[in-house]
Amino acid sequence: MQYNANEPIWLQVMDLITTDIVTGALAPGEKLPGGRDMAVKYSINPNTANRVYRELEDAGLVETRRGTGTYVICDARRIGELKTSLAEKAAKEFKHRMMELGLSREEIVRLLETED
Amino acid sequence: MLESKQVTKAFGSKIAVDHVDLKLEAGHIYALLGPNGSGKTTWMKMAAGLIKPTGGSVEFNGRPVDIDSRRYVAYMSTEPYFYSWMTVKSVGKYYQDFFADFSYERYLALLGKLRLNEEMKTRSLSSGMMAKLKIGVTLARDAKVYMLDEPFNGIDLLARDEIRACILESAKEDKLLLLSSHLVEEMEAIADRAVFISEGRLIENVDLEQLRSERGLSMADRYRQIYAQAEVDEK
Repeated sequence: MQYNANEPIWLQVMDLITTDIVTGALAPGEKLPGGRDMAVKYSINPNTANRVYRELEDAGLVETRRGTGTYVICDARRIGELKTSLAEKAAKEFKHRMMELGLSREEIVRLLETED
Repeated sequence: MLESKQVTKAFGSKIAVDHVDLKLEAGHIYALLGPNGSGKTTWMKMAAGLIKPTGGSVEFNGRPVDIDSRRYVAYMSTEPYFYSWMTVKSVGKYYQDFFADFSYERYLALLGKLRLNEEMKTRSLSSGMMAKLKIGVTLARDAKVYMLDEPFNGIDLLARDEIRACILESAKEDKLLLLSSHLVEEMEAIADRAVFISEGRLIENVDLEQLRSERGLSMADRYRQIYAQAEVDEK
C-alpha cells in the first residue's frame, strides 16, 4: 500500500496534494477531480476523499465554486507562503534529527555543502 | 440499511453465527474481518437471503431479507459459479436475464478495466481471470448492497489495483459495500469501517480513520490485537 496505515489517510493525501500545489504540479486555478474521481485516483475511500477536500478548503488552498467543482486557489502569494512554511517545517525536522545524532551546527552546514 | 438483530446460525451443534447485532449504513465501505471459520461467509449468506438464520433476523431497510430483497443485494460468493461452456459474453447475458438492475454497458466497461474480453471462454480462464469475472458481473448490477466475499483471492498484485478501482467506482452515497478478505492490507485505504468477528460473535464495528488518529492503529494492527488476544484466552 502506498500509505502508512497507522496514520490518518486523509492527512497523507492532503500532504500529497499540498505538495503538488506548492511545486506547481497543480497550477493555480486548476480544477481538481470530483470527490469520487479523486477516491479512484488515490485509491482511497470516497468519504476520506471528501474529508481531504474539506480540509484543503479549510486550509484555504482550494475553493469550491458552486456547481462547477473545486479549484486550486489563484493567490500566488498564499501559495508562496505555504511553500515557505512547509520548507521551514522540513528544515526543523532535519535539524532536530541531526542534533539527535549529536552533530554541531557547523557540522550540519558542512554536511549540507558537501552533500549532493 | 442492513441490520442484523440477534442473528444466530447453527449447523447441527456447531454455532457458526452467535447472536450478532450489527447495523450497516449506506455510504460506507466496510471490511469484514475474522479468522477462518469465524462466521463471515455464513453471515453474508444470511444477509443475501441465501440461507435462513436459526434465530434473529437480518433486515434490509426495515424488512427481513427474503427472495424479494435479492433484487437489491448483489452478493459474490467464493464458490465458482459459471458453466464451463459459457463465454464471458454469455455470463453477462445470463446475469442480465436474472437481474433487472444488471447493466450490460457497465459490464463491458468493467471488463475493459479488468482486462477481460467478451469472447473468452470461462473454461480457459486462469483462476485470477475467473476471480475478476466474478467481480465484474457482481458490480455490473445497480444494487443497493454489494457483498464481496474474498474479492482479492487468487488475484495478483497488479490486478488488485484494478479491482480496487472498480470497487471504488461502485461506491456511492446510497450504496453499502461489504468486503470480506484475509488480505487486510488490501482494504486499509478503501474501507472506512471495519467489522471484526470472532467465533461467530461481533467484536467491534470501528471507524478506521478514527482508529488511526486516536490510537495510531492500522486495521491490521487492530486485527492482530483482537485475534492474538483470542488465542491467549483459548490457552
